[in-house]
Amino acid sequence: MRFAVVVFPGSNCDHDAHHALASVLGQEVELVWHKATDLGGADVVVLPGGFSYGDYLRCGAIARFSPVMTRVKEFAAAGGPVIGICNGFQVLLEAGLLPGGMRRNRDLKFICEHVHLRVESADTPFTRSAVSGQVLRIPIAHGEGNYYADPQTLRELGDNRQIVFRYTAPDGTRDEDWNVNGSTDAIAGICNRGRNVVGLMPHPERACEAAVGSTDGRVVFESVLGVLAAPAAVAEAI
Amino acid sequence: MKAKVYVTLKPSILDPQGKTIASALQTLGYGSVRDVRQGKYFELDINAPTIDQARSLAGEVADRLLANPVIESYRVEVGQEPVATRGAENGREPAWRGATREEG
Repeated sequence: MRFAVVVFPGSNCDHDAHHALASVLGQEVELVWHKATDLGGADVVVLPGGFSYGDYLRCGAIARFSPVMTRVKEFAAAGGPVIGICNGFQVLLEAGLLPGGMRRNRDLKFICEHVHLRVESADTPFTRSAVSGQVLRIPIAHGEGNYYADPQTLRELGDNRQIVFRYTAPDGTRDEDWNVNGSTDAIAGICNRGRNVVGLMPHPERACEAAVGSTDGRVVFESVLGVLAAPAAVAEAI
Repeated sequence: MKAKVYVTLKPSILDPQGKTIASALQTLGYGSVRDVRQGKYFELDINAPTIDQARSLAGEVADRLLANPVIESYRVEVGQEPVATRGAENGREPAWRGATREEG
């Protein structure tokens, strides 16, 4: 499988994603500069974490106008799997590829720690190998991950099963104390209506090896490998 | 032509920075300051022949880039005159006019 990891000026998790995909999972990975006008024939696009354009104006606000984003939008519109991690999620929101917006964390702190995520939908190319209700232990590292959706958008997210991950207690129970950044409805990740575009604040690429404390993030990438390996399954999943 | 754009979170959206500042003011003894909303301020220098065109262009760039309409509202002024407000909810936009200081 061929992965494109988009590099914006200020991306700093691009090499984490490259390492997880290439060295750990043995995939073909290309770092694609934000000025690129093609995605190099990628099967999957990753928008990595970091601080694109220094988070100037708003997180992800400038990156969405990068030339490569035109190609990413076309790729997404054609049903291609796209995952935005942390800053990549913020870029997807600003680009209108996913609904909602980001606020500062409830307690204004930059939070860098492992959290527990419950998989709310296994019906996306990035969660297909997981089980609904499964709890993943994955790190977060952000100051603006307090997801916001207005009541109407939140209803639609629920009705269309677009909520993919929620922050929960280690046993998977919902409790506002475990909603680490104050997100609306404890949302940690969502997908679009077509289900092929997924954004999440936690970093699955930093949880792919026991040496870094968790391997729970692997399921996110293994899911998409499974989807691509079995073309018949794509129609079912997407 | 100079245009000013003020961007704030919508009134319905919690502003954690504003809350923290309000709390700091309380600590300083300013109990009469009940709430603070923090925002952003932009000065645009626009090459436009008329005020109407400058106003329209400032509104367009605020819509497209300066504000995120999902979470923020904005207000545009050309010169002294407040000219347009977008994204305010149910007319609850606070009155800014008297509070705007020029050339401080």
